[in-house]
Amino acid sequence: MKDKRWIVTGLVVFLLIVLFPFWYNRGRAVPPPEVKLTEKAKAEKECVLSRDYMKAEHMQILDLWRETVVREGNRIYTNPKGREFVMSLSNTCLDCHANKAEFCDKCHNYASVRPYCWDCHIENPKEAR
Amino acid sequence: MNKRYLFAFLVVFVLFLAAGLGSAVGLQWLFGVVIPYAAVIVFVAGFARKVLNWAASPVPFAIPTTGGQGRSFDWIPQAKIDNPSGGWGVLLRLLFEVLTFRSLFRNTRMRLKEEKIAYQLEIFLWVGALAFHYAFLTVLLRHTRFFLEPTPGCIQLLETLDSFFRVEILYPGIQFGLPAVYLSGFVLLLAVVYLTLRRILIPAVRYVSLVSDYFPLLLIFGIALSGILMRYVTKVDIRAVKELTLGLVTFRPTVPEGIGAVFYIHLFLVSVLIAYFPYSKLMHLGGIFLSPTRNLRGDTRAYRHVNPWNYPVPVHTYEEYEEEFREKMIEAGLPVEKELAEAAQEKE
Amino acid sequence: MAEAKPTPQDVLHRIQHSPPRSDWMETPVEIRKGMYCYAANPKSVATLGLPHPHAWNPVEDDWHLPENWQQIIHEGFKERLERFRSFKVFMDICVRCGACADKCHYFIGTGDPKNMPVLRAELLRSVYRNDFSRMGRILGKLNGARPMNFDVLREWWYYLFQCSECRRCSLFCPYGIDTAEITIMGRELLNLLGLNIDWIATPVANCYMNGNHLGIQPHAFKDMIDFFVDDIEEKTGVRVKPRFMEKGADILFITPSGDVFADPGTYTAMGYLMLFHYLEEKYGLKVTWSTYASEGGNFGFFTSHETMKRLNAKMYAEAKRLKVKWILGGECGHMWRVIHQYMDTMNGPADFLEVPVNPITGTRFEQARSTKMVHLVEFTADLLHHGKLEIDKRRNDYLNVTFHDSCNPSRGMGFFEEPRYVIRNVCNHFYEMPANTIREQTFCCGSGAGLNAGENMELRLAGGLPRANAVQHVHRKYGVNMLACICAIDRAALPALMDYWVPGVQVTGVHELVANALNLPGQNERTTNLRGEEFEELMAQAEGHTDEG
Repeated sequence: MKDKRWIVTGLVVFLLIVLFPFWYNRGRAVPPPEVKLTEKAKAEKECVLSRDYMKAEHMQILDLWRETVVREGNRIYTNPKGREFVMSLSNTCLDCHANKAEFCDKCHNYASVRPYCWDCHIENPKEAR
Repeated sequence: MNKRYLFAFLVVFVLFLAAGLGSAVGLQWLFGVVIPYAAVIVFVAGFARKVLNWAASPVPFAIPTTGGQGRSFDWIPQAKIDNPSGGWGVLLRLLFEVLTFRSLFRNTRMRLKEEKIAYQLEIFLWVGALAFHYAFLTVLLRHTRFFLEPTPGCIQLLETLDSFFRVEILYPGIQFGLPAVYLSGFVLLLAVVYLTLRRILIPAVRYVSLVSDYFPLLLIFGIALSGILMRYVTKVDIRAVKELTLGLVTFRPTVPEGIGAVFYIHLFLVSVLIAYFPYSKLMHLGGIFLSPTRNLRGDTRAYRHVNPWNYPVPVHTYEEYEEEFREKMIEAGLPVEKELAEAAQEKE
Repeated sequence: MAEAKPTPQDVLHRIQHSPPRSDWMETPVEIRKGMYCYAANPKSVATLGLPHPHAWNPVEDDWHLPENWQQIIHEGFKERLERFRSFKVFMDICVRCGACADKCHYFIGTGDPKNMPVLRAELLRSVYRNDFSRMGRILGKLNGARPMNFDVLREWWYYLFQCSECRRCSLFCPYGIDTAEITIMGRELLNLLGLNIDWIATPVANCYMNGNHLGIQPHAFKDMIDFFVDDIEEKTGVRVKPRFMEKGADILFITPSGDVFADPGTYTAMGYLMLFHYLEEKYGLKVTWSTYASEGGNFGFFTSHETMKRLNAKMYAEAKRLKVKWILGGECGHMWRVIHQYMDTMNGPADFLEVPVNPITGTRFEQARSTKMVHLVEFTADLLHHGKLEIDKRRNDYLNVTFHDSCNPSRGMGFFEEPRYVIRNVCNHFYEMPANTIREQTFCCGSGAGLNAGENMELRLAGGLPRANAVQHVHRKYGVNMLACICAIDRAALPALMDYWVPGVQVTGVHELVANALNLPGQNERTTNLRGEEFEELMAQAEGHTDEG
């Protein structure tokens, strides 16, 4: 019957769409990006806060820093261990993580995240100067 | 009656707890890999089975609901969508039905006041349903970023559009809005809340609602809520999550360290929804395309619809009729096939 | 009459649309006098050879069912699921959104929650879930599944004969779930147990044996038409000469037998006769009637698909025997749903007929290309459009007309503009009812699908309330005094409805209006309408009304 042909076609198309990621990837290995630390970062051992926190929630602290600096004019951040940092993406964060492409971008691209940090901040302020 | 939504709520709550506890006691493989795979298999098999089961029954008669002027003379304009006369017309009607919920848009509310019946426009169900379905679709499409590497440009574009409205809140103790707020998630949550409340608060709708009406709503509420929590509140290592989800679709399952319980709850509720789908009313997704009142052309006198099981039936023939009434017919001057004498002769 | 009939106001104030406190599955059905039709006469059921003819009474506790009735229902259910995709899909995909709830005229008029289309369907779905779905059985009542038992059966019977298969709900359903389809299946199942109502079963038996629902025998049928001929002569001075079962006539004409039997349908029938006479005198068109196929309506449709086919078969059979070119159908509702959506499939292909062409205008009825049956109203619309009828609209000037779209030609055909075109061309004063009550959103007369009996008058008046209310609106606003329709059941049912809810509004078929305005060759002065009422008086009355207004 004619309508059965339509139905089966429709069903196959639907299932193909639903299962798109399975056949599109064809079982190829997609390893997660390996984040590269610069020598300086390696030497530091720990970032502003713990590694786990920084992995999942670094955007929160960057947000907080921005607020504190821009609105309150306060530039010094003291972490729970009592260590002080100058709150600056360009001068503090990118000081260790100077390799934006190998560090920030790798994960962001992988997770399809497009932070607007770089709308204002340029990648490597020291070189540009 | 409250039994029904309480029961549904209880089930969703138990599922919620099960995944939370399960991932806490080290059942990550079960909730992160085994159950999602099983759910997809159940979905695909169940969906195909249901649709093929529908297809196995024929459509013996063309019974479209004609929602407008049918095809007539050249000088009478036809309602080409609501009463289509060809394949393209039917396709258009179905598309409008599926993409814009055209029938639901007609909805009115009847009011009996001062001995007069009034029919008011009732648009909220249509708006709520539309918001719910489109938000859900957007959320689904957005989630393909977890299953494709690299994330396709069109999905990135969708993400950008979905997050065009920046909401960032930062007070001591409250920090919200990073990563960027996706409107679709919140629209979905609100729409689900509306549809659920509507079901509970409108007496007539509550009267007809079953557990299987509340359950998917509450389940989707749980899914939306856990997703929103994960993104904006508890946070999750997104790189590890994508490693897990990509592992699933590339058939290299892996359970990376350090993914929080909320993720497993989210994934488990989604798995339950997927597996439940083919065995529930959610199959209206497929059913709408097979609804004979919507997918057939309306000019049924112009073409012949064939019934595959059309069988001969006993009919009272004209001959039998004349046999019974011949005398009276002749007396009344009605023409007959056989005159009395002829009929009598044959009988002998 | 011992009981005083409640006034319309009482009835209106009594309607409660909020559901009762008890769950619908826990609320037992009460089969109430005035709401149900009497059980089928076993003789009628036997005449058709339908299953299990037996005497029973709906209000008694023993319906004398066959021993294995549950099994019969289960197997019948299964068979219908396998035969009708519509049934399967409609059982599966309802989301109970409630959009249909207040669209049903019986719900609006009675407030009974089981008259909400969704719940009417749930009556069957609850059994479907129990019998055909694992998930349903496991959760049981909590998820709206229940086994078939006598109480459920009583509920089915009561509420499936409180649905007029008008399809209004299906228009609003986002998935097009059609309660008519579900009612049709449910009634088929009930018929497997011999549980029809007599108002359907006996007309069906009559139609099967005698050619029409009323059981009029051929000579009596001719007598009735002859009576109309006399009547027409009296009122117009013209003696029309109808043809009966004439071989080689151009067209076979079939109309519901109600038109030859009961007022005001009889005036519509006179209208048909006058139109055909005019066409024969002026253009030589030969239209023949048949006593064998003297029923356009098809109460078989309200019994089962098979019974519908058995009754409908006569149309093509007679057309074939008489060697006519094509068939013309009179004004009727469900008759036209059967012709438009079922006839060709069931009893076609009609390859022995020609594609209908109006020999007077040359119009080829493309819309009836395959079925080869044309609606009289579209036929007349075509004649009027080409100026082939001599019309004096003034004879209808005493009328303020509104048009009631019948359910079946509306939602089973899309027949809206044709009747309006005809009315506008023969009447000067035409007013539409509110938009939500006409065309595809039209309301049933409350008596469709075989429910126009006398014993269920309360149901009929309640079901007709939305229609009556809309008529009342235009009656008050524009002084509408004539409700036109193109359905024989409407013509039989609406007068009672109007008398109760909107006194002062009469009911007419469209072709009565046509005939009133049609100038017959050789006619007299035409001082009265077809009902024998003097135009002078009518006009004076109408003017008086306008003055008041």
